[in-house]
Amino acid sequence: MSFKIDETSDILIEIRDLHFSRGERKIFDGVDIDIRRGCVTAIMGPSGTGKTTLLKLIGGQLQPDSGTIKVAGHDVHKLSRAKLYKLRQKMGMLFQSGALLTDLSVFDNVAYPLREHTKLKKSMIRDIVLTKLHAVGLRGARDLMPSELSGGMSRRVAMARSIVLDPMMIMYDEPFTGQDPISMGVLVQLIRLLNDALGMTSVVVSHDVKETAAISDEICVLSEGKIIEHGTPEQLKKSTSQWVQQFMYGMPDGPVPFQFPAVDYAQDLYGVHS
Amino acid sequence: MLSNTVQYLIHAFWHVLEHAFQRLGRSHIFLFHIILGIPSVLVRPLLLTKQIYMVGVLSLIIIIVSGMFVGGVLALQLYYELLKFGAENSLGVLNAISLVRELGPVVSGLLFSGRACSALAAEIGLMKATEQLSGMEMMAIDPIKRVIAPRFMAGIISMPILAITFSTLGIIGGHLIGVDLLGIDEGAFWSQMQDKVSFSSDVMNGVIKSIAFGFVATWIALYQGYDAVPTSEGVSRATTKTVVYASLAILALDFVLTALMYGEI
Amino acid sequence: MQKSKLMEVWVGIFAFIGIAGLVFLAYEVSSLSHSTSENTYSVSAKFTNIGGLKPRAPITISGVKIGEVVSISYDQDIYEAVVIMALEKQYDKLPEDTSASIFTAGLLGEQYIGLDPGGAEDYLEEGSEIDITQSAIVLEKVIGEFLFSQTADEGEE
Repeated sequence: MSFKIDETSDILIEIRDLHFSRGERKIFDGVDIDIRRGCVTAIMGPSGTGKTTLLKLIGGQLQPDSGTIKVAGHDVHKLSRAKLYKLRQKMGMLFQSGALLTDLSVFDNVAYPLREHTKLKKSMIRDIVLTKLHAVGLRGARDLMPSELSGGMSRRVAMARSIVLDPMMIMYDEPFTGQDPISMGVLVQLIRLLNDALGMTSVVVSHDVKETAAISDEICVLSEGKIIEHGTPEQLKKSTSQWVQQFMYGMPDGPVPFQFPAVDYAQDLYGVHS
Repeated sequence: MLSNTVQYLIHAFWHVLEHAFQRLGRSHIFLFHIILGIPSVLVRPLLLTKQIYMVGVLSLIIIIVSGMFVGGVLALQLYYELLKFGAENSLGVLNAISLVRELGPVVSGLLFSGRACSALAAEIGLMKATEQLSGMEMMAIDPIKRVIAPRFMAGIISMPILAITFSTLGIIGGHLIGVDLLGIDEGAFWSQMQDKVSFSSDVMNGVIKSIAFGFVATWIALYQGYDAVPTSEGVSRATTKTVVYASLAILALDFVLTALMYGEI
Repeated sequence: MQKSKLMEVWVGIFAFIGIAGLVFLAYEVSSLSHSTSENTYSVSAKFTNIGGLKPRAPITISGVKIGEVVSISYDQDIYEAVVIMALEKQYDKLPEDTSASIFTAGLLGEQYIGLDPGGAEDYLEEGSEIDITQSAIVLEKVIGEFLFSQTADEGEE
């Protein structure tokens, strides 16, 4: 198949004027993002701003209303199905739940993409799978079933699975949510380590400010369908925007109000209606 | 005022109709994709074997037990009615014809939709809720080919086997009650049955029916699971819908097929 | 590995049950073995009235079943019903002047064809026709005639 993947340009993912809405609700209203090759880019924002949706758009699982997403020079939404699948082999994605296949063991889960997409020999597959499992520190857990794993472990297995085809990029969907401090530390370290050791590009979607800021080269902050700020973690911490300040330091009240929009408190309590 | 209400009603009606057609269209497009995925199943017989085990072998116990009981009870009922006309020797024929033509395919179809199809819908729904299907798509593996199509094939293959098993055990159950318990002449039981039951028009029509039931029930189950809202409530609703829709579809289809097969007399 | 092997064995058993069931339904429940056309030869007969005779009805000789009715049609030219019968090959020594009659098993039972061998030296073979036939006794007709003769008798007295 004559399908070339651009391996050289500096910008790996180029999002231009992205619009997407779900029903009446606008989720993206003109988003532009450039994700540079070899960097860890974080996309942050409060819950419900469509961070996961963005990853699904990049992966071609959802169609945008308008705008383009180019990955390695290919417009994801204009590719034929076969070419999109070819491109996806070069994109890893780590789902929030891990998305391991529950009826396969850890080893088989990691071996699954290899068995589907390559014609490697059994011994070769075994070697590759064990290398990847070793990289995430779970070589010893190869015979366990997904139901026997803790949340952090299943995410690490999923990580091993997403790097097993040696992709050029990997997308993490909320990798830190619901993790205890130790497995959080492990995951934080792994994301950075894998990115640098394998020469990949990483996109991390998260709202855990401290952990994300520690490993990312660049952060984009999303709010109400737009990128309101982007830059290195240091630049963001010094941002003049009140909104970014509130988000970065986790302040309970500010531009994002503590109260859900409601009628006046006193009016509500005394039952005075106009 | 009145025209407003009428307009509102028309609008609401159109809304419902539009949704119904949308789902109908989606389910057929889904079926089309499954059928396109069938060749890739034949390349991987192990996937199919596993699904036949899940869908067919695990339903075998309930089919065997119900087949025996239905056949036995049928024989018991028929015996006392036939005795009034002194025609108890026809028990074998009546028992076999009702099992092979109707009860075998229909009852095993209903049991199949309760036992196997509900499990299928729940499994696919949960795979969707836990992002396993999305995960496969992102690994550049088509879930319709790897997950849905093997289950569909397994349903179509298992259902006739289950229906045949049901009929066979029903006839054996009828023999146990009629011949061993109530003392009908064994020779009359078998010879009358052999004379009156036709292989091509009774047995094979039953098998064709059961293949059709397997097709429809599995399709409904897979579609409901695949289209489920990915929450625990959505999955439970998909399971319920599957059993209700699959059972109704089997009964309706049975009526149509019976009219087509035996209607010309 | 062990687990998947066990699973395959079970699926094998499942398929075997299906095939065994189908064979049972074919040879024990329905009579697939009896109706193979290879071992039969066909003979025709014309009747003025066949009553309730149906295809697959048995054909007997001295009460033993030797074949069955294949098809029934109506011949417009001679105003009679034509019945095609399939007789088993092993009974190939039926004289040419054998007669066929339609009988009823029991008072309300199924109708069947009874054959009565004649004395000719040639035997019936594939495609030959039975000339001597006796039509079905239609119960309504018999009762009607009986009542008619009764009332006629009463009228005379």
